[in-house]
Amino acid sequence: MTEQLDAGVVARQIKESDLLGGPGGGNEVGRARRRKEDARLVTGRTQWTDNIQLPGLLHVAFLRSPMAHARITRVDTSVARTQPGVVAVFSGADFAAEQGSLPCAWPVSEDIVIPDHPPMAVTEVRYAGEAVACVVATDRYKAADALDAIEIDYEPLDAVTDMTAALEDDSPKVHESGNKAFTWTFAQGDIDAAFRDAPVRVDRTYVQQRLIPSAMEPRAVVAQTDGDSFTLHSATQIPHILRVMLALTTGIPEHKLRVIAPDVGGGFGSKLQVTAEEVLCLLITRRLGKPVKWTESRSEGNLTVHHGRDQLQRISVAADADGRVRGVKVDLLADMGAYLMLVTPGVPLLGAFMYSGIYKMDAYDFTCTGVFTTKMPTDAYRGAGRPEATFAIERIMDELAAELGMDPIELRRRNWIGHTEFPYTTICGLTYDSGNYEAATDRALALFGYDKLRAEQADRRERDDPVQLGIGVSTYTEMCGLAPSRVLGSLSYGAGGWEHASVRVLPTGKVEVVTGTSPHGQGHETAWSQIVADALGVPFEDVAVIHGDTSSSHKGMDTYGSRSLVVGGVAVVQACEKVKEKAKQVAAHLMEASPDDVEFSRGEFRVRGTGTSRTIQEVALATFAAHDLPDGFEPRLDADATFDPDNFSFPHGTHLCAVEVDTETGATRIRSYVAVDDVGNVVNPLIVEGQVHGGIAQGIAQALFEEAVHDADGNLLTTTMADYLLPSAADLPAYTTDRTETPATTNPLGVKGVGEAGTIASTPAVVNAIVDALRPYGVRDVPMPCTPERVWRALGPARTTKSTDGGLS
Amino acid sequence: MIPASFDYVRVSSLDEALETLREQGEEAKVLAGGQSLLPLLRLRLAYPGTLVDLGRVEELRGVADRGDHVLIGAMTTHYDVVASPVVREHCPLVALATATVADPAVRHRGTFGGSLAHADPAGDLPAVALALDMEFVVRSAAGERVIPAADFFLDYLETALAPGEILTGVRVPKLGPGWGFHYEKFHRTAQAWAIVGVAAAVRRSGGVVEEARVALTNMGPTPVRATAVEQAVRGAEPGGNGGAAGGALRAAAERADEDTDPPADLHARPDYRRHLARVLTHRALLAAAG
Repeated sequence: MTEQLDAGVVARQIKESDLLGGPGGGNEVGRARRRKEDARLVTGRTQWTDNIQLPGLLHVAFLRSPMAHARITRVDTSVARTQPGVVAVFSGADFAAEQGSLPCAWPVSEDIVIPDHPPMAVTEVRYAGEAVACVVATDRYKAADALDAIEIDYEPLDAVTDMTAALEDDSPKVHESGNKAFTWTFAQGDIDAAFRDAPVRVDRTYVQQRLIPSAMEPRAVVAQTDGDSFTLHSATQIPHILRVMLALTTGIPEHKLRVIAPDVGGGFGSKLQVTAEEVLCLLITRRLGKPVKWTESRSEGNLTVHHGRDQLQRISVAADADGRVRGVKVDLLADMGAYLMLVTPGVPLLGAFMYSGIYKMDAYDFTCTGVFTTKMPTDAYRGAGRPEATFAIERIMDELAAELGMDPIELRRRNWIGHTEFPYTTICGLTYDSGNYEAATDRALALFGYDKLRAEQADRRERDDPVQLGIGVSTYTEMCGLAPSRVLGSLSYGAGGWEHASVRVLPTGKVEVVTGTSPHGQGHETAWSQIVADALGVPFEDVAVIHGDTSSSHKGMDTYGSRSLVVGGVAVVQACEKVKEKAKQVAAHLMEASPDDVEFSRGEFRVRGTGTSRTIQEVALATFAAHDLPDGFEPRLDADATFDPDNFSFPHGTHLCAVEVDTETGATRIRSYVAVDDVGNVVNPLIVEGQVHGGIAQGIAQALFEEAVHDADGNLLTTTMADYLLPSAADLPAYTTDRTETPATTNPLGVKGVGEAGTIASTPAVVNAIVDALRPYGVRDVPMPCTPERVWRALGPARTTKSTDGGLS
Repeated sequence: MIPASFDYVRVSSLDEALETLREQGEEAKVLAGGQSLLPLLRLRLAYPGTLVDLGRVEELRGVADRGDHVLIGAMTTHYDVVASPVVREHCPLVALATATVADPAVRHRGTFGGSLAHADPAGDLPAVALALDMEFVVRSAAGERVIPAADFFLDYLETALAPGEILTGVRVPKLGPGWGFHYEKFHRTAQAWAIVGVAAAVRRSGGVVEEARVALTNMGPTPVRATAVEQAVRGAEPGGNGGAAGGALRAAAERADEDTDPPADLHARPDYRRHLARVLTHRALLAAAG
């Protein structure tokens, strides 16, 4: 099938040649460089927030509500204050006058209710784990010990953990205003016409279980002050946004507040937040005049890092008898938890435009209701809204195929946007700039051995094998590269989506790049160095990347939404262009030529048609000396750029998953997994590969392993990793990956972003495969995570009790 | 989480350990690798006054061939147990099951005796101890006594060890020729505890099952000996391709959940555990008799 690949679309895996140089040879961009930051990250020879030691550093421990919903009737901290090593004890009342409300930057609708969200609860707690008091002590252990001595009386109130129950009239109220946070609707085309008399209609309800982000580095904060200005170190994805938001929340003027994200060990959206602990540590240091540190434990993190997903999706699709999709309707309930945090209400909106996936249709109708419950608030988690949307559309496409008795690939072919149709404006109003679904799918089918696996599936069904085989398809796309500022504005988001970079050329010709993105594992130092090396013709090793400190990197919108390369990388390119233009002026002057006669290639300025040249390093030194520059030339080559994209980017791909299901035990085993992704041009294939692997793992984790579970009283039961299951390498298959490369047309790098693709794609591929395996038993769905017990129960009366020589190998 | 304050004593001999335990009384807790105890401390589910660390007590470490049995020192790490040629030759079921304990990091620090004395019914080793009729060698200031496995596990995380007593080693009887072994573990992730596990030893003679030992992991507050299965499987002919012969093992395995009291937790409800016990026992018998 590979011969069907279009000219210009090159499928490639990491090859030996990638290690040497990118397309054209000798280029840095395209080269599978090992990441320059990894040595210090993996050996720990760097500054993680929890490593920071300061003279007189005090340690903070938070007392957290043991109840999901209660009134605080009495607080007595007097005994705790007398405990060994205790410097201070505070409760919510101590901060009430100054703590303000944690910000929500995305008031999505006119009717939205944004309840007051005190960083420390004062009169009422609304989820288990909410901070109610804290101890400041000379060490971490003494702080934790003294928590036991704080006395708090609670008057229990009823909890409500289920969204449907929360919307009933007689439900306990999370807030006085009720449990509805907002309603947001979106409609395109004539949905009634699409569904009226449709020959085929499929209705399904899917549950996006609540997930708990588990970054390798827990959250940590160090706050300090010199009495006038403040410095906050935080394991955050968003030092720049955090600075603005903290200034607005605490009243500390923005110019008196420096925020530093040192090396940060993963985030996946969970560190895209303004947390209660960050605000409170600032308030404590302001109160005491001493530096303070807080580092969460893993179980504390499970309770209080913002959670992800938790949506109830009612989705319907109407189609013609030949499989052509007429329309899609979505009625979504999104669990906000107890409060609206930074972008809580916006998460389902990021999915609202993706329920049409890669398909053409006549009409689309979307309603989302945000619901308050007495649980930890939800917010962005890898993919943020788009995994949920992709899951629903890709699951129901498989269901529609089953309903029609059609191969799921064939159904998709009949509906997807053809590669000649780009740019294509979808029913949701997004303009997909480029893509080639045919090429990615053909490549995936070939790598997967689709026909052979279908034959084996038929054989196992025929033999009534206790171990059945299922094949799952996911032909996903996503909108990323957040985001055009105007679009964000039209969606009521509180900020823009531009990104900033500055490039500084040092006297010796070395280059410093200051980026507004804030890497926390992505490898920006390597990728940005590759981009600059090509743009300025300097060696890769001669580039340093500076990030994550608002005093050195004063301007930025940080890292999330697969935006860093697509927006921030482009800003780097644009800044380099300005540097090059300035350097050309100097070079021309030095060579006594007109700038129009000077050309630049691989770090050398050359006068056309002569042997005269100057390297960029020579130009840098001459600029530094400033002895002989063009008249009126400002003696610097440095330049900066702020890039605001015109459009999102739209990575896509085809993921195929084969799962063996042991019908006797319900155990599942991923037999093979093929991912062909199209993320546009690639700066570093090794980094892309790593992102794809990690992303797939995280998506499989939602399909099979992870779930935050609460009891009826709202207590989180999955507070440890023994109960909240994360897969390790031993639990995951080897992936077969490949890429097609259809460059994005909306940025000069032709890149699309890769941070979330794997997570968005893989969850439906896995669940589709499990359901496909069990379809002969009448199974139409298995709720996530598809645990062995759930698979076994889904089989229900169809369970076989036949003999077997064993289960999955 | 952060453990509460405790004292820590690192002893260098068994006598010193016993003396420390005698002095500290019930406030003391023995640390034998810490792979279960430290998480309990960190979650503040245990508040011992003193931890008596046996990590440097060399006399409790190692595997010895004692003729009719193998003696495994209580402080022998899981890794050393699995790597021991003596264990592999004479107690293959121990090697098979121990190799499934958690992950490599845990197997390098956790100990055989520590795991058994912790007596978590979800742990893999208690069921194996029960199936093989191991004997627990216990010392106190008063001297030594030997407790049969059948009398050792009293309740959830509760053993016949009295205050002041330390498990020094475990005697694993050699079963002799003709035995086959299997440990069938069912868990959701590689590092997770067994939802259900089945330890099986089967002796065949002339194609017929003469004797079987079967014990279950995580089917009650203690490991459970599946005596009904052991009796029912006697005389079965596992050879051949299913049919009546294979059916005999299946029929015996159907009794695996008799007299069990499986727990309900986030990973499985009791009826599912009962079902798994039957399916997995069948598989374990097939593998052990194969």
